[in-house]
Amino acid sequence: MSEKPEHFIIDGKRLDGRRRDELRPIKIELSPLDRADGSCYLEWGRNKVVAAVYGPRELHPRHRQNMTGAVVQCRYNMASFSVDERIRPGPSRRSVEISKVIRQAFEHVVFTKFFPKTAIDIYIEVLRADAGTRTAGINAASLALADAGIPMRGLVSACAVGKVDGEIVLDLMKEEDNFGDADVPVAMTSDNRITLLQMDGRMTTEEFYKALELAKTGCTTVYELQRQALVEKYDNEYQAEGGLDE
Amino acid sequence: MSSGDNTVMAEVQRDHLFNLVLKGERADGRAFDEFREITIETDAIDTADGSAMVTLGDTKLLVGIKVQPGEPFSDTPDKGVIIVNIELIPLASPDYEAGPPREGAIEIARVVDRGIRESKSIDLTKLCITEGEKVWIIFVDIHVLNNGGNIVDAASMGAIAALLNTTIPAARHDLGEDTPLPVRDIPLAVTTIEFGGEMMLDPSLDEEKIASTSLIVATNTDGSISGMQKLGAEPLMIDQVMRVIGMAQTAASDIRKKFLEV
Repeated sequence: MSEKPEHFIIDGKRLDGRRRDELRPIKIELSPLDRADGSCYLEWGRNKVVAAVYGPRELHPRHRQNMTGAVVQCRYNMASFSVDERIRPGPSRRSVEISKVIRQAFEHVVFTKFFPKTAIDIYIEVLRADAGTRTAGINAASLALADAGIPMRGLVSACAVGKVDGEIVLDLMKEEDNFGDADVPVAMTSDNRITLLQMDGRMTTEEFYKALELAKTGCTTVYELQRQALVEKYDNEYQAEGGLDE
Repeated sequence: MSSGDNTVMAEVQRDHLFNLVLKGERADGRAFDEFREITIETDAIDTADGSAMVTLGDTKLLVGIKVQPGEPFSDTPDKGVIIVNIELIPLASPDYEAGPPREGAIEIARVVDRGIRESKSIDLTKLCITEGEKVWIIFVDIHVLNNGGNIVDAASMGAIAALLNTTIPAARHDLGEDTPLPVRDIPLAVTTIEFGGEMMLDPSLDEEKIASTSLIVATNTDGSISGMQKLGAEPLMIDQVMRVIGMAQTAASDIRKKFLEV
């Protein structure tokens, strides 16, 4: 692993040239996979993730079925080659925890009650990791759900905030995540309801409040990009159908 | 049979507790910000290098610590290692089964672990024996004996109480004299549940089952935050989160004063 940098912020610029409140560049591609009911490929800085959604489909084993609504399931997985040192394939304690919190980030927005006895499966594969894979995964999964036509209250948007050199910054990159003082992944709806919140590191209450406010603006920016991607996709399909005069 | 075992009972229980909340009450008569009775007994197991038995209402758990020399991680060659593990053994609840840990157990173990690790409460650089070769490894094993709800808070109290009680067994390994473990802060995790629009501390088993969402906040002696995890599907607003942080800080400072400060 690389060495801890002496400073994370020099002349108001971070190691990769960003401002404190700037996100890494995000690139979104909708429906890259045709077997899945919905899918999304997302690049976020040097992260590359792909999310697929299957369902609503019959849930097996049957004793896990819920008579009053769909069961949302999520599997977050990192490819063995996605980081410097190879990860042993299969679930780890970390990936099991992340899968659970991601699932819960969506349980509030998905209208599960329309699909009793079914499963809605969210699969997230991290192909290349560079800090913030769970938030990248959530943003991709949110679009994959929309792409699958699953009825939702709205999109979920996520980003991380953290503390480096005693300052609150948006969207930690790898060095900042590894050697920084705190990391706070947040997911929220477009009306700022928090559906995922974790924190490790150390912060004062004031810093934490500042971090949440910064996360709010970060999530809003992400939301706009997600929305744009969806509009573009449906606009293209609409044009391909011949627009108004079909 | 516990009340959450089937959906009809769960619904009845939920309605009952909801009606109580509307009147500003809880089933066991506590205030919303009141903990159940806490006892912490350290030195409970003499074969461990540090230990604590905690009761929190009906919840009972035992934390045992073993300190052994071992290899450091390659990215931190000059630092000791701390490993926190929670065993939800089938003895503790009819809901637990033998076998590999489920996601819920993994999650709470990792949350308690992060609370202690991120607070930097243990000075890991002082646990280095030979850089790159040998460091002290601290195993914090939490055995839940009776799940009466809110295992996280009980585990967090037990873990830090046991760490404060831990001796590094250097003599046993021919590495000099035994010394107390260098603990420089007392992090505590406090769980708050949201139910019926109210925030409540220290959920009982029934309350935990009906909670819409809960937020675990780990805080340190100076009030700073060293860990946080939201559980459950219902969302929270920023002002709710900030309120919960305040409740957690007050509760943690109370518990610290009563049970953990020497």
